[in-house]
Amino acid sequence: MEKTVNHKAWFLVLPVLILVAFSAVIPLMTVVNYSVQDTFGNNVFFWAGLDWFEQLLASDRMWNALQRQLVFSGIILAIEVPLGIFVALNMPKKGFWASVCLVLMSLPLLIPWNVVGTIWQIFARVDIGLLGYTLRSLGINYNYTQDFFAAWTTVIVMDVWHWTSLVALLAYAGLQSIPDAYYQAAKIDQASRWAVFRYIELPKMSGVLMIAILLRFMDSFMIYTEPFVVTGGGPGNATTFLSIDLVKMALGQFDLGPAAAFSIMYFLVILTISYVFYIVMTNLDKRDGTQ
Amino acid sequence: MSWMAWTWPTMAFFAIIAATLAVFTMLAIRYPETPRRGILRMETTRGDRLFIGLLSMAFINLAWLGLTDITQWAGLAISLLFLAVVFKTV
Repeated sequence: MEKTVNHKAWFLVLPVLILVAFSAVIPLMTVVNYSVQDTFGNNVFFWAGLDWFEQLLASDRMWNALQRQLVFSGIILAIEVPLGIFVALNMPKKGFWASVCLVLMSLPLLIPWNVVGTIWQIFARVDIGLLGYTLRSLGINYNYTQDFFAAWTTVIVMDVWHWTSLVALLAYAGLQSIPDAYYQAAKIDQASRWAVFRYIELPKMSGVLMIAILLRFMDSFMIYTEPFVVTGGGPGNATTFLSIDLVKMALGQFDLGPAAAFSIMYFLVILTISYVFYIVMTNLDKRDGTQ
Repeated sequence: MSWMAWTWPTMAFFAIIAATLAVFTMLAIRYPETPRRGILRMETTRGDRLFIGLLSMAFINLAWLGLTDITQWAGLAISLLFLAVVFKTV
């Protein structure tokens, strides 16, 4: 059937465009304006050209934050994706317990970020927190406010606790869509459990897993609230990820120029990842459409 | 608008971006096209190529700024060349 082309429909998205203009485009333009200027307050600005960009690119601060960010995203992906798949494989396929598992798995996803941070901040405290106090009583030197390793472990475990269920739920949805005939064929061929996973389940899950990986990468790349509440970016700068560093620069030090330049570079990276995400999603749709 | 701290260069920058978008919108309406497959092995339209090109331009300019001391205009020229390459091959 021939599709009708009517460009007047674009007017229907006008309200959204106006909303986005006020909430995103105008602030972004202001950030671009700030990034080439310097200010000492009172809305008085001095032209600085590309100095802030040059300074940031040459300084270690942004690169270190980016490095920490990449390490963090890498670690949580390496844990959450296999763990999520493992959980999904072991969840009941149907019946009462399937529903119970689904509800339980979605619970952490419903908790707001700052509440997750507060929960873990208290949970891990050595004086009153269950986890911190227990570890301390067992003779393990654990203090996330002073020890680099403990701070990283806490932030990573917190993220795994919060987001593994997202991967698990997506993988579970992928598993549910596999027709029984595939498993029956595998049984006839006397395929091992590993072979079933490798040649049936994994290929059928690849689409949703791709979405899960990209979602988790993007989300963790922009993480702010949880580490901010738990460690505040410390000890020292140990858990100062990109967005935490950016807020420190913009609001803590009120260095609007450098912070704006930082924001633009951060935005470009996020934009690139989002575009890759969009391309992968549309290509998956096309692939599913042609199958 | 004073709170937005406008400067002439940034105004020109956004004007060019807005004009480019307007021209490409006009082109898309006047001369509709079918997506094509280039060296990235994915279907792209004119708009996709513009987006990829502009994004690459930003990264090329940043790399130029961070890695060399040569005038930024040279970086801009290289990135514009790259934009042309993107339009030709992607």
